[in-house]
Amino acid sequence: MDTSGKSPRLREGFHQAAWDEPLILTIGREGRRGVIPPQSGSGISSVVGDVLATIPPSLRRSEPPQLPELSQPEVLRHYSRLSQMVMANNVAVSLGLGTTTMKYNPPIHESLVRSPKLAEVHPFQDEETVQGILEVMFELGEQLKAISGMHKFTLQPGGGSQGIFINALMMKSFHASRGEADQRDEIISTIFSHPANAAAPATAGLKVITLYPGEEGHPELDALKEVISSRTAGLMITNPEDTGIFNPNIAEFVRLVHEVGGLCAYDQANANGILGVTRARDAGFDLCHFNLHKTFSVPHGCMGGAVGAVGVREGLERFLPVPTIESDGSRFYLDYDRPESIGTVRAGVGNPHSVLKAFAWILTMGADGLKQAAHASVLNNNYLAAKVKAIRGASISFLDENPAHRLEQVRYSWETLTEETGVSTMDVHNRMIDYGIQGYFTSHHPWLIPEPFTLEPAESYSQEELDEFAGVLRRVSEEAYSQPEVVKTAPHRSTSDAPLVDGAYSRPAMTWQAFVKQQRA
Amino acid sequence: MTKCRSLGLIVNPVAGMGGSIGLKGTDGTDTLLQAIELGAEPRAARRAIDALRSFERLADRVRFMAPRGEMGARELQECGLRYKEIEVGEGPTTSREDTQRAAEMMVRSRVELILFAGGDGTACDICAVIGDQIPVLGIPAGVKIQSAVFGVSPKATGEIAARFVIEGSTLSRAEVMDIDEEEARRGRVSARLFGYMHVPNRRLLQVAKARSGVEEVDLLEIGRETRSRMRAGTRYVIGPGTTTRAVLQELGIEGTLLGVDVVCDGLIMATDVAEMELLRLVDGYPSMIIVSPIGGQGFIFGRGNQQISADVINAVGLSNVMVIASDAKLASLEGRPLRVDTDDYATNRDLTGYVRVVTGKDREAVYRVAS
Repeated sequence: MDTSGKSPRLREGFHQAAWDEPLILTIGREGRRGVIPPQSGSGISSVVGDVLATIPPSLRRSEPPQLPELSQPEVLRHYSRLSQMVMANNVAVSLGLGTTTMKYNPPIHESLVRSPKLAEVHPFQDEETVQGILEVMFELGEQLKAISGMHKFTLQPGGGSQGIFINALMMKSFHASRGEADQRDEIISTIFSHPANAAAPATAGLKVITLYPGEEGHPELDALKEVISSRTAGLMITNPEDTGIFNPNIAEFVRLVHEVGGLCAYDQANANGILGVTRARDAGFDLCHFNLHKTFSVPHGCMGGAVGAVGVREGLERFLPVPTIESDGSRFYLDYDRPESIGTVRAGVGNPHSVLKAFAWILTMGADGLKQAAHASVLNNNYLAAKVKAIRGASISFLDENPAHRLEQVRYSWETLTEETGVSTMDVHNRMIDYGIQGYFTSHHPWLIPEPFTLEPAESYSQEELDEFAGVLRRVSEEAYSQPEVVKTAPHRSTSDAPLVDGAYSRPAMTWQAFVKQQRA
Repeated sequence: MTKCRSLGLIVNPVAGMGGSIGLKGTDGTDTLLQAIELGAEPRAARRAIDALRSFERLADRVRFMAPRGEMGARELQECGLRYKEIEVGEGPTTSREDTQRAAEMMVRSRVELILFAGGDGTACDICAVIGDQIPVLGIPAGVKIQSAVFGVSPKATGEIAARFVIEGSTLSRAEVMDIDEEEARRGRVSARLFGYMHVPNRRLLQVAKARSGVEEVDLLEIGRETRSRMRAGTRYVIGPGTTTRAVLQELGIEGTLLGVDVVCDGLIMATDVAEMELLRLVDGYPSMIIVSPIGGQGFIFGRGNQQISADVINAVGLSNVMVIASDAKLASLEGRPLRVDTDDYATNRDLTGYVRVVTGKDREAVYRVAS
């Protein structure tokens, strides 16, 4: 029962900015310019000549591109309006986006990466001129080694999935180095791990065996024993899983896979609840990856480049992608001379600006701070869980069979709400944004838990914000029982009434021309 | 003084007789006679008794009302349970009218719950006369068992009924489904909602069969992958359903959608076979069984494929059972286990644990099985 005693204040008067702003391709006027680059002086042009002559005729346009032609203030106003219509992490509470760890992205990091010492550097400049950047990247590697217990890191992968992909490639290289490449072609993963733990090894040409959970909501030893064999290349597993349940037998899982000669890779996307509490290497893992854009405060997606930092135990570093970042005590350098490396997965060294933000964050927090963040995220999550559980129609997955506390996130279900009112999880999602809260994440596919939603408060939200979030869900639940049509036809206070044209989900328009065609049809 | 509850028991003695021989139900006298001619044996009585065992420890807290002979009285006698006989079920053969008359009499006598042994046909017969007036529980004993009024096994049903006697329960509506049998014999699956009845402890019962939203592309992939694993000289017992049909289609074979077919070296050996013929075909030959779970329900044996009996499974070998299903179908189980409910409890037990499921090209799942 909710015993807080007072209801949180909800944003009854919230309405999202609705600028009714047209697409930029439809505004402006022919001949209008915002920036007029100066002509080169005769001294330059007489030496350089016609630079366009170097472009092969087959690549030249026959006509100029139909770019919009606007003045600077028009461009400024257009994009500012669009930004006002986005429920970004810095305006709306996004703790509903479980598995993505929507913690605070400190703006001070943005001023760090705008320094010309990073922003105006060319990726292929001489190493001697970018020692500072290399030092930051090297030091982040050292920090992640301490956090994970691993021996060496690469920061090259551009996201978690790419990190998992190189883990699969390194496993293959390892087995090939022992003459077992053909024999070991099976990866074992679980249905509640991130889908990339199945998709990435499949892309690398491996077969995938997916364990479904036991009654308690986590994969069981008996399931694993059914499939481990001399064909096992490795285990690729997220823990805790998206249910928020920590597998109590994780060390035994690793031991059993090692026993048959396989390697174990730890998907640490969900590391926020275990930072400073337990380390990948302590559970015996051979490889791991972190999402710097989740656990380490780097902004997600469009707001900044992702990084899947990958760590390996001693003995596997020879397979890491090139170049690695090395130090000889006096200078930092890039090492390309690694004959057994799996190669390169991304241009240059990766995303140095995101690395810098993660590095700055870890320095700010310190070792104690990381542990506090883990504790706070688990506490916040369980506090919120107690409130959500008490909401009519909501339930926590596997709670009856597994009453243990969840860690940093919970997978809930609106199954009862849907049975009793016909309102679905997507309906609730669409209505909650009417209260100024970002819509939550449901679940990866396939949906095992019916009508799912997954919440992950992380450590950055205040108690009042947790209360407000739970209050919004409670309100929407009440609406579902008393006036379901309001929920089913939501949103009502958003940027637009009609979100998508009919059929747009099944045939998304990927270009402006395709969109116009679709509108006409 | 502990309250003594009054329960009704109706056994449809012919329910399930079509299953082992591949008939898709026993509605209609012609089909029943055909079944008897083909050597079908009654199984509803045995299953009803298995369920009633749960009452032996509650014998003085429950009083049954039941029709004569095979329709209930005999089964209760076997378990030593008290009952009041009602004047229904005379004569050598019983019919739908007997079932319905018994149900009506039980409603008039205000029994608190009707326990019945049968399948969807029996459930529909009872639903037609009592609707949601009093709650029911179905002991799964028929061929088609798609409705949501049945327990996952006779024993499980007995336990739920016993719990109802001891502590009562809130009631909820449960779907009563039926397939059009003539359509089914012509190879078209069309389940329809017949109506609703009330049941206790709905969450413990089996789920109504659901369309699992499996995509064509998934079936194609599973069909291809399964075919690529088939070995020369091995006889494959292919269970019913759309997923297994994808295998047949991959082989270019026209099998039966709702029947069991046998294939070897890419050629059809027999279609829509009964249990006896299956045993003849597999005994002594290298063979495998390929089955797919029923969407939503998760049964791999004991529903819709009673021809693949415990004897057939043991003759083929427990390790030679291949389960195929798309991830979408497994997801439709919402975390519930796969289920087995053959007539042999030892075989059911042996099949529990974890099983590998082929879900696509170079993809498998490991899923738990319960009985």
